[in-house]
Amino acid sequence: MATKAQTAALPGDTTVTTAGGSFPAIVLFAGWLVPGAGHLLLGKWVRGTLLMLAIITMFAIGVALQGKIYLPNTGEPLDMLGFVGDLGAGLLYAVARLFGWGQAPVLIAVADYGTKFIVVAGLLNVVAAIDAHSIAIGRKRA
Amino acid sequence: MTISHFAAVLLFSLCVSVVFGITQRAEPKMMVRFGALCFVLFVGITIAASWGMWLIKH
Repeated sequence: MATKAQTAALPGDTTVTTAGGSFPAIVLFAGWLVPGAGHLLLGKWVRGTLLMLAIITMFAIGVALQGKIYLPNTGEPLDMLGFVGDLGAGLLYAVARLFGWGQAPVLIAVADYGTKFIVVAGLLNVVAAIDAHSIAIGRKRA
Repeated sequence: MTISHFAAVLLFSLCVSVVFGITQRAEPKMMVRFGALCFVLFVGITIAASWGMWLIKH
């Protein structure tokens, strides 16, 4: 049975979303793949744009600070957790791997900050995607 | 790129507060208030902890 998410109240948020079928799953997946895309699909333009800016900025700062991009299967439990956090960034992680960013050894304190920026950006992206999913299924008031 | 520790704190707090504000509250006014609260707490607690560490050292 379809549930109805209510109208957005932020200026610029105009769409009423009727969620049902596979749409919430698509919103969740899109939100994970591209930061803010879940909210944009729901017509929450302001929220989606702000989320996108915040998460991409955070990830970009992390890369610029020469933070580490974790790889899978390093055998270290903390590295595996870092990988899970990084993976939350969706396409940003794929782009970082593609261009070989974040592979230099972390030697200075700000580079360690960069590593944390990247991991937290991934985790925040997961939070944002789940928030979009909650709006899509009507669990959260829009 | 190099950045001061305090600038890193401000940038981190700003980005995280924006996401927390939007995702943890439903009303726009409450989003702004909660985001601002998160930002103040992030920065304030960091400064307090920094002074705490300075006091321990001295």
